[in-house]
Amino acid sequence: MAIPSYATRGERIWHYLFLGICGLVFLFLIGPLLVIIPLSFNSQPYFTFSKEMLTFDPAGYSLRWYHDFFTSSAWLNAIKNSFIIGIASTFLATVLGTVAALGLSSRYMPARGVIMALLISPMIVPLIISAAAMFFFFSKVNLAQTYVGVILAHTALGIPFVIITVTATLSSFDTTLIRAAHSLGANPTRTFFKVVLPLVTPGVVSGALFAFITSFDEVVVVLFIAGPEQRTMPIQMWSGIREQISPTILAVATLLVLLSMLLLTTLELLRRRSERLRGVTPE
Amino acid sequence: MLTLAQRDFYRGMCMNETLADAGEARAATSETPLSFARFVNVQKSYDGVELVVKDFNLDIRKGEFVTLLGPSGSGKTTCLMMMAGFETPTHGEILLKDEPISGLPPHKRGIGMVFQNYALFPHMTVAENLAFPLEVRHLSKAEIKEKVAKALAMVRLEEFGDRRPAQLSGGQQQRVALARALVFEPELVLMDEPLGALDKNLREEMQYEIKRIHARLGVTMIYVTHDQTEALTMSDRIAVFNDGIVQQLASPDELYERPENAFVAYFIGENNRLQGEVTERIGDNCKVRLDSGDTVVAKAVAVSGAGTRTTLSLRPERVSILRGDAAEQFENQFTATVQEVIYLGDHLRTRVSVCGNDDFILKTPNAQGYGGMRPGQQIQVGWSSADCRALDA
Repeated sequence: MAIPSYATRGERIWHYLFLGICGLVFLFLIGPLLVIIPLSFNSQPYFTFSKEMLTFDPAGYSLRWYHDFFTSSAWLNAIKNSFIIGIASTFLATVLGTVAALGLSSRYMPARGVIMALLISPMIVPLIISAAAMFFFFSKVNLAQTYVGVILAHTALGIPFVIITVTATLSSFDTTLIRAAHSLGANPTRTFFKVVLPLVTPGVVSGALFAFITSFDEVVVVLFIAGPEQRTMPIQMWSGIREQISPTILAVATLLVLLSMLLLTTLELLRRRSERLRGVTPE
Repeated sequence: MLTLAQRDFYRGMCMNETLADAGEARAATSETPLSFARFVNVQKSYDGVELVVKDFNLDIRKGEFVTLLGPSGSGKTTCLMMMAGFETPTHGEILLKDEPISGLPPHKRGIGMVFQNYALFPHMTVAENLAFPLEVRHLSKAEIKEKVAKALAMVRLEEFGDRRPAQLSGGQQQRVALARALVFEPELVLMDEPLGALDKNLREEMQYEIKRIHARLGVTMIYVTHDQTEALTMSDRIAVFNDGIVQQLASPDELYERPENAFVAYFIGENNRLQGEVTERIGDNCKVRLDSGDTVVAKAVAVSGAGTRTTLSLRPERVSILRGDAAEQFENQFTATVQEVIYLGDHLRTRVSVCGNDDFILKTPNAQGYGGMRPGQQIQVGWSSADCRALDA
């Protein structure tokens, strides 16, 4: 952002002040995350920077906690659980959410507002209430303390994100394309897979990403519903902090930050590619 | 109001005396017993209260180019959508080759359609767009390739197969849309204001292109537009829509020469209107006393008898300016005051006050002796009763 040549002294001062404030906000947001990364290479079992670390003595650094993580069956099991539950619930939430968004955008849909509100509600209702309700309900139908139970619960939490992102994409979707496909002889199924789906993919993908992240760092519902077998990563971290204070958790956190950065970059690239294919931005 | 092209068109039409005969000949030769597509008493209401289409009947012959023309909201697009299957008639039946098609979903009707906003699939290349209807029909790869190439050649876009629609201009996109609607060789093609989004030059170019393709393929076309020039240039027959009903269904020359009611006369081409009351009926003609008090002899088209209110319709080019030594004699002769003269090169457009109408337009060729009229000047104008049609009020 360049300062125009006609800016007054006050405007110039404000411009730099503004940049400074922005910097501070960023620092506030990512500072805590950045501190974790060097700390995870600590060779001492403490959560503070040792003298060696501060003087950049190689002896102060080690991969000890990463080693710890990759050899601990509890951690490995937790990360496996997180991925199983995350991927399964993302898949379900994406399919159901996309279908729901398509239905809700149809002009023949009655009671659209009410149904939309109902489907979005898991995002708005306090999590602890959903969790408690699911706990009682799932106990009754023998789903508590099972993978299926946790997956279904996370699916319900993920669906609103998919509905919102897909609905947003659909609002710019030209419905005459559907008519065009029909007039060219494509039945509704073919029209969906060849015309509608490719064009709403960006919304579906970002919805899926949100659903996955929701499941991946969800604690409350898992606490209520999961048994010891379904321990997920956030639960393991939580109990890790409470029970055995070990910097392994810092190594895990660093790996997770890395993973989410990777995920976000990949998806952003995918999204750009599909936007280019839709012809939204000229090549 | 009229564009130059439209003026050219009308002038061409009124100067060509054989045109009416040509129209009759066409009507005689293209008559076939089997109607290709038919609307029978079709009604459509969206809300259950108001009828958008009131009672639509239309018989379309094979290979015909029929245009549904009317102002927006007149129900013409709704009729097209019912034929395509995107809307269902509230009442009545639509037949295709004498088979009712209400039970057929759009994708089984095999009707090609061109949409106003092109509706090209943005995630596919031009060639993929054209291949889409062929893949649906499970043609072999080689056949698809051949047909796509042929279709691209038809609309002169051979080199554009690998482009995406967003990389094409509006006119090119519309040509692709046209090719896509024709590539699977449908017998009927519907067009919903396909040229509405194009600029004027491109629109005219595309009109001829569509006409050329229609003549070459012999495919039946139903075309919807609100642009009368487009309708007149392209169609074999035009159905003029207003208020959910067809006001007149006729060939372009018939519509222009012999409009059956005031709406058609007003909607097609330019026309001078005079209001009055029928005082006497004489055979095919009638005497009308205008609100200004003048009496005009007119052809009785849509009036019953003495006492009915009527609107007289008169084409601007059918009014003559009489010279002092006028050899021509007209039933109707009046003194007019020139209000405004617009010089248009090949012809003059003169606005005069006559019979209480201040917006009476005359079109006169820019031939020797016609120039030199000045505002305020008094002139003699005249017209024959045959050119002055007494229509509904």
